[in-house]
Amino acid sequence: MKAKHQRLVLIIAALIAIIGAGLIAAWTLRNQANYFYLPEQMAATPPAAGQAVRLGGMVQPGSLATEADGVTVNFMVTGNTEDAIPVRYSGILPDLFVEGSGVVAEGSLGANGVFMATNLLAKHDENYVPKELEGMGTAQAAKMAADTTVGLTQ
Amino acid sequence: MIAEIGLAALWLAAALAVLQMVSGAFALRSAEGEANPLAIYARPAAVMQALLAGLAFTMLVWAFAVTDLSVKLVAANSHSMKPMIYKLTGTWGNHEGSMLLWVGVLALSGGLIALFERRLPERTMGATLAVQGFVALGFYAFLLLSSNPFERLPVPAVEGSGLNPLLQDIGLAFHPPTLYAGYVGLSVAFSLAMGALLTREVNPTFARVMRPWVLGAWVLLTFGITAGSYWAYYELGWGGWWFWDPVENASLMPWLAATALLHSVAVLAARDALRTWTIMLGVLAFSMSMLGTFLVRSGVLTSVHAFAVDPQRGAFILVLLGLYIGGAFTIFALRAGAVAEGKRFSFSSREGALVFNNVMLSAILAIVLLGTLYPLLTEAFDVRVSVGPPYFNPASAMFAIPMFLVMAVGPLLRWKEDSPRRIRFEVLLLAAILIGVIGLVSFFGQFALLPLLGLGLAAALGVAAFLPLRGRKLTRVPVATWGMVMAHFGIAVSLFGMASEGAFTQERLAAVAPGGSEQVGDFTFTLQSVNPVAGPNWTAIEARIAVSRDGGAPVILTPQARNFWSPAQATSESALLTRWDGQLYAVIGNQAADGRWQIRMWWKPFVTFIWYGGLLIALGGVLAIIGRVRVDMKRRKAVSLGDERRADLEALGVQPGLAE
Repeated sequence: MKAKHQRLVLIIAALIAIIGAGLIAAWTLRNQANYFYLPEQMAATPPAAGQAVRLGGMVQPGSLATEADGVTVNFMVTGNTEDAIPVRYSGILPDLFVEGSGVVAEGSLGANGVFMATNLLAKHDENYVPKELEGMGTAQAAKMAADTTVGLTQ
Repeated sequence: MIAEIGLAALWLAAALAVLQMVSGAFALRSAEGEANPLAIYARPAAVMQALLAGLAFTMLVWAFAVTDLSVKLVAANSHSMKPMIYKLTGTWGNHEGSMLLWVGVLALSGGLIALFERRLPERTMGATLAVQGFVALGFYAFLLLSSNPFERLPVPAVEGSGLNPLLQDIGLAFHPPTLYAGYVGLSVAFSLAMGALLTREVNPTFARVMRPWVLGAWVLLTFGITAGSYWAYYELGWGGWWFWDPVENASLMPWLAATALLHSVAVLAARDALRTWTIMLGVLAFSMSMLGTFLVRSGVLTSVHAFAVDPQRGAFILVLLGLYIGGAFTIFALRAGAVAEGKRFSFSSREGALVFNNVMLSAILAIVLLGTLYPLLTEAFDVRVSVGPPYFNPASAMFAIPMFLVMAVGPLLRWKEDSPRRIRFEVLLLAAILIGVIGLVSFFGQFALLPLLGLGLAAALGVAAFLPLRGRKLTRVPVATWGMVMAHFGIAVSLFGMASEGAFTQERLAAVAPGGSEQVGDFTFTLQSVNPVAGPNWTAIEARIAVSRDGGAPVILTPQARNFWSPAQATSESALLTRWDGQLYAVIGNQAADGRWQIRMWWKPFVTFIWYGGLLIALGGVLAIIGRVRVDMKRRKAVSLGDERRADLEALGVQPGLAE
């Protein structure tokens, strides 16, 4: 094999692998990327049951209820409209999770219309708001961001 | 006064960076072997700049140590009541301080190379220092123009506003400095690569100069990633050890590029092959460091770590990023054709295996990069997505698995050309182990595909790591080879930890009344009591949980839910029980209305092996550095002895005329 050829073969092999990686990435991203829904979007165009998505909104005041096992909670998430999505979650609630606070729930919509959350992301400290909540209208975002810590500092 | 000294030092260092750049550029203009009168300033400028940047950083540490509340940065990030160690580590727990640390390490490494590196031709050295100065200058400009750490407040604050309690941890003392040093160590590799490219000196000597820097940066990155992973594991209280968080990816990407570079530079040093590829990886590795800095520092990403949210700064770093990466790739494109091709090799050779894995590493890098940037791209079109393990795990495994397979046999192959038949016994042995372990494990239970493959690969790799030692006299194996064996074994150990954690983790989530008992794995745990406790700047509720394994003697675990009062924030402090074969991980949650407490327990078999493996990998890198430096010292000594002898002979030979 001539010198030029070896270099060429190497470059082509590397390019094929990188482009392959790019294609695999693009294809997997289309299938596996976790889309973000607001409650009104989820009510209007619900994702397929079982598909991993994220739901972001505000925990509706008065809706938070703990089941008899002490670790499963049910609550409603609301957004900019009247639509509210019921969410069910088993686990330890995030440190700053209270009614009226902003939350992003990771999970999937069940066949019964209840969102089964596998993970909850709540406001983390004074400076951190889940980014998805930023575009929810200033009034609402401000409301969510407002002193959610107060409820927890018993 | 302290702040003013720091600021003055920073400005002077920036001025010296200009001098270094100009003087280094003049070295390029001189003919080989001829010293340009303006080129002699580059080395002293680099050394002085390192001292000044060090001074500036020391001044900032000082301001934090004495809690000088007239300095804006201290007032915003510190508190007089904070424990001393966290006052000090708080210096780099914020945007400005961490950027100053970044620049400080950059200047330090520039100074070190200027002071100690004498092997390269002066022209290459000049070009390298010029590039190093150019990189430093951009970051000085960034610090001085958009994030001055020494800014004074018009009126001193009465009290500081504290430090994010998540960051009040000993993990913070080590994590960012190691990662930064790793990032910045790659800047030297970058400068050397550019210097060699500009002067067309891409050869084994250059590779031997570059190698310790790449190895050093890689060791620090490995260590930083390992430490960061463990820190996130116990501090966040989520029980996970890798979240594919953008900030974690920002440190993983330079590591992947540095791993590829490390291996390709070894080929260049040993065999004089892969010249342009090594240069390309050098540029790529530092680009990934810069991209990592941009992602973390600009606040473009949603992340626990993104504590600096300032678009203007982001734009500044983005411009720097475009300037350096764009410039580097332009020079690369213009000059790469002029680099003569190195030695050739056949596909089934050690070089061939290394090239294959280099390409696989680059492909994984592409996967991680696209996954990390994808949410930013879609956000431009107002579609919000997040990309998590369902994407990263399978997509990266697709390239990681062939890579591991080749990694197992690559070190057994000979350089240049080898017949696969020569190592068929080893290949069959490893295949038998791989298939045997997978078969055995799947016989005992149903597990997901990736952990199952991981267990099999870990076993095969663990054995494969030691095969290069077979038939050799162990006392005569070079230190650097031991380094390779250890690092490759570390990969196997780490992979075993990840796969075990994925396959065998058991979890129990329950609301427990005081006195109540629950079971997880072999462990029985009893909630004894829940009490309030207090620390220097926090209060907490603390659970006392008695844990006993198979009815053995109980051990007390005390997970806490903490509330910090400055700034007001709550965190969960997990409690860990470490055994040789795994860790028990306990978290306390809220109190239910009926008085029971939420307790979450995980039994994670062999999870600790993930980080032991990481440490082994880093240690392997350290051994490789020691081995290489020792060989280099010997060579230098031999050369100087030879020079002396020649000088002696010449001194004797002054009278050859008489002898005639």
